[in-house]
Amino acid sequence: AAATAGSGAGSGAAGSPEATGGSTGGGGWRRPHGPLQRYYGPSTAEAAEAPPDPTDINGPHFDPEVFMTKVRSECPLGQLLAREAALSREIRALDSDMQTLLYENYNKFISATDTIRKMKVDFRHMEAEMDDLAANMAAISASSARVSAALQDRHRRGAQLAGVQALLRKLQALVEVPGRLRRWAGTEPARALRCHARARAVLRHYRHLPSFRAIEDESHAIMAELAQRLRTRLRCETLDPKELTECVEMLLQLEEPAEELSEEFLSQAGARLEAELAALEAELPAADPSGTATTPPPPASDILDFVDRGSSAFVGTLCQLAGSYRALFGGDTGRLEPFAAALATRYFALLERRLALERGLGDTSLLVRALDRFHRRLRALLELLPAGADAAAALVARAARERVDRYLRALQTFFLGCLGDVRQALAAPRPPGKEGPGLPDLLATLAASVLGQLKAVLAYVQLFTARDVAFASLPYFKGEFCVTAVREGLVVAFVRWLCRTARGFADGPAERGAPAAPPALLLLLARLCLDYENSTISYILTLTDEQFPPQDSGPAVTPGPALCAEARAAAQRLLDHYVQVQGAAVAQMLRKSVETRDWLGTVEPRNVRAVMKRVVEDITAIDVQVGQLFEEGVRRAQSSDSSRRAFSVYSSSRAPGRYAPSYTPSAPMDTHLLSNIQKLFSERIDIFSPVEFNKVSVLTGIIKISLKTLLECVRLRTLGRFGLQQVQVDGHYLQLYLWRFASDERVVQGLLDEVAASAAHRCLDPVPMEHSVVELICERG
Amino acid sequence: ARALTPQTAETDAIRFLVGTQSLRYDNQIHIIDFDDENNIINKNVLLHQVGEIWHISTSPADKGVLATCYNKTSDTKVMTCAAVWRMPKELESGSHESPDDSSSNTQTLELLCHLDNTAHGNMACVMWEPMGDGKKIISLADNNILLWDLQESSAKAVLSSSTALEGKGQLKFTSGRWSPHHNCTQIATANDTAVRGWDTRSMRQIYCIENAHGQLVRDLDFNPNKQYYLASCGDDCKVKFWDTRNVTEPVKTLEEHSHWVWNVRYNHSHDQLILTGSSDSRVILSNMVSISSEPFGHMVDDDELSDQEDQHQEEKVKEPLQDSVIATYEEHEDSVYAVEWSSADPWLFASLSYDGRLVINRVPRALKYHILL
Repeated sequence: AAATAGSGAGSGAAGSPEATGGSTGGGGWRRPHGPLQRYYGPSTAEAAEAPPDPTDINGPHFDPEVFMTKVRSECPLGQLLAREAALSREIRALDSDMQTLLYENYNKFISATDTIRKMKVDFRHMEAEMDDLAANMAAISASSARVSAALQDRHRRGAQLAGVQALLRKLQALVEVPGRLRRWAGTEPARALRCHARARAVLRHYRHLPSFRAIEDESHAIMAELAQRLRTRLRCETLDPKELTECVEMLLQLEEPAEELSEEFLSQAGARLEAELAALEAELPAADPSGTATTPPPPASDILDFVDRGSSAFVGTLCQLAGSYRALFGGDTGRLEPFAAALATRYFALLERRLALERGLGDTSLLVRALDRFHRRLRALLELLPAGADAAAALVARAARERVDRYLRALQTFFLGCLGDVRQALAAPRPPGKEGPGLPDLLATLAASVLGQLKAVLAYVQLFTARDVAFASLPYFKGEFCVTAVREGLVVAFVRWLCRTARGFADGPAERGAPAAPPALLLLLARLCLDYENSTISYILTLTDEQFPPQDSGPAVTPGPALCAEARAAAQRLLDHYVQVQGAAVAQMLRKSVETRDWLGTVEPRNVRAVMKRVVEDITAIDVQVGQLFEEGVRRAQSSDSSRRAFSVYSSSRAPGRYAPSYTPSAPMDTHLLSNIQKLFSERIDIFSPVEFNKVSVLTGIIKISLKTLLECVRLRTLGRFGLQQVQVDGHYLQLYLWRFASDERVVQGLLDEVAASAAHRCLDPVPMEHSVVELICERG
Repeated sequence: ARALTPQTAETDAIRFLVGTQSLRYDNQIHIIDFDDENNIINKNVLLHQVGEIWHISTSPADKGVLATCYNKTSDTKVMTCAAVWRMPKELESGSHESPDDSSSNTQTLELLCHLDNTAHGNMACVMWEPMGDGKKIISLADNNILLWDLQESSAKAVLSSSTALEGKGQLKFTSGRWSPHHNCTQIATANDTAVRGWDTRSMRQIYCIENAHGQLVRDLDFNPNKQYYLASCGDDCKVKFWDTRNVTEPVKTLEEHSHWVWNVRYNHSHDQLILTGSSDSRVILSNMVSISSEPFGHMVDDDELSDQEDQHQEEKVKEPLQDSVIATYEEHEDSVYAVEWSSADPWLFASLSYDGRLVINRVPRALKYHILL
């Protein structure tokens, strides 16, 4: 059809709605079908088309008037002419299409007429053949009916004979019942029962016939006897659970009263379980009511063994019994539950006692395995006995908690042991020429061993939450155990305890009695606490949180910063204490030296006093000691040279003027004013103030304490001229050697100035020494 | 200057005596009058020519009588002696001279008697019998306790009994106090790190607090209202409170100062108020309610209570007053060597520092009313 839709001249009404195409000249191949389709009725697609457009030249609602008006009014002349040409071209094409279609249809009509004529001839043949077939079928059915009628009678007789034979066999069995029963009652009661059960219904049904009744009575008698026998067996013999169950089952089948039976069953089972419990109890050492005077001997078997035996024997039996009770007596467990609960409680108590025997640290994995096995075995039981679940979980949790506590104590002991070692190492006399282990080594050893121990403990404890351990999935072990027991109870508690112990060294021995800790130990602990604050605590907590992930909803945990603050406070306290102890030692030396000397009658100074050298030596030693553990710290930059000069100028020329005699009634005000103004410019020095965590700060603290002591002591003495000069020499010497230790040499300088000024004030004849001489003496010394 | 004392026998005017220390000039005793209403300080000067004053104390019975410990220096030797003096009559009750002519008009003390110590060593301090008639004094000289009787209107001092501390170590007494309790038969002394109690009748030691402080004990004082309570202070920067019936542990320890504590004083009437002076140039006033004689604040009488139930309720709310530092006074620029409460006004105290500055302070008003009401 598409091929014929070529261009062809044709005539038609120009206004025909069907024949006109779109304004675009390029028509598609479908176009010839369009008018035909429309002729045979609008397709569904077209029906569904939306609002009628009277100007659509291909649409069904085309209105020529409207179209014309629209075109005329909208289009310019050129477009109108173009459209007119296009329309006429289209009309011609459509006319030729129509002609082609007409020819085609005509051909088809002719061939269809031929075909119909041929069919008419064939049907006439077939009709005759169908009639033959129907006659044959009727003959076949008639002969088949004849055959079946001949066989029917014989079939019925056969069936009747088979029925008679079955009945006869049943009667035979019934007659044999009592004999069989008798035979089996002794040896195979179960079989007898089965047999009786089968026969019983029939016998009961035909009991009105005398012969059947005889059979029934006889079998009844036999069964009664059997029941009697079973009962005696139930009552007096110790049966294993399986036999017991069988026995009771048979009795039940014999229609014995269930109530009574269940009671007997339980008492039997009870006796058996009691025996097992007693066997377990025998393994435990007898409870010592008087308190354990002597430690009980170690239990014969380890805990795993104990739990194993306990669970396989007791729990297994209990489960079996409970299961069979349920099977036997149906859902009525009112009696079973209290019975099982009582026994389970006793078992738990026994186990608890056994766990309590696990005093030492022993092998945690063994304990965990034992608890795991216990818990697994118990789960079976717990399905029967929901009340026991909590008790069992609590038992396991308690055991775990107990173990964690024990680890905490072990850790503490370990730490104390380490400290003891360190003390010993510090106190050990060092052979000359051979240095003992340095403080950093000791510190590293201490920190490493403590951390190692803590890690080991964590690893042990982690066994409790290992994935293959059944009870690890309990909510307690997931949440509370991790947080409360391990994180808080073990890790946090240990860190806290460590801080407390460390503080104890600073606080405790200051009172009377206990031997004071050596200063080096204080220093060591201070560093340890500081390290904890800086890194170790966060490391430990991270480690713990990794190994024991805390639940979101778990109880509140101690945050790391709080612990850090605690450790820092402890470190601060220790370091302050260290400064005080060392400062006091030096100060004591200075005080004694000032108090015991006769400052009035002394001779002209030729040397720096030995005690000053000793002070410098001590402070140098302290410097070395602190330097081993703490950083250098910042010092205020100031050239030593200038300060030295400043000091010398100050002490030799200005100081006497500064503390000019202030008690002349005439001029008390101006001198006071002078000294006070000077004071205003120098900062107030806190002597026993907290120090920072660095060497310089520590040393400054010690020096401050020492010099302030010197100042106060000098003020209490009365000096002669040479006494003053001696103080001057000593002061200069100290200035020479101490400035380098202090963070701010002005502190040293200020204090020494005050010493010099006070000495001048306390001197009867204040004639200071020439500064060059002072320097000479100091350099020589 | 180190020596400061209130005029103990004076109960009306606020008056303190200050002794000076100077090696090269004549030493003086300044009588400081404080006029509370007008906030004016008056000063009278008495010459004390024998030497620099290390300790001063006044007679509880006679306003005009005082005792000093002073240094007598020769070229090669320093000796600390003690003497009893009488001040001129017109100064006894504080004549109000104008400050400008006080300097020109210096008067001299009248020597009553020397406490002869040639055999005993340096005098550390002189204590008057607190409740007595000004006849008995005790002086501490090196390691001796000397009990003197003043006879013939204090013109003559007779050594009535003495005892010596013997043993190893540092035995020099640093200070002592006479207990106002037990009929004035007990004193306490400090030497090195120990505090010792003595019975003045038998002159025997009755208790001893060994290692009361980590270092030297500088001063001590008796609680005026609780007979077994004692405060001590020392070079370990601490102030400790003791119950002398249990000498193993202090009842309480204060650690507020940052250097040696030189002085500790109980307030005479409100023994929760503790004053301490230290060489860190600070004076600290503490409120030790928990170990005072009025741990629950002022007691209300029963009949009063029945009338004023409501008031009592309010008081209950106030009651839990904590032990605390009330105030830290930082007026001093140098070490504070002496603090004293006024004998006349229980809310007033003076402190004295090395550079000679005397500061008079009051207990904060709010606290005063809290204690009173």
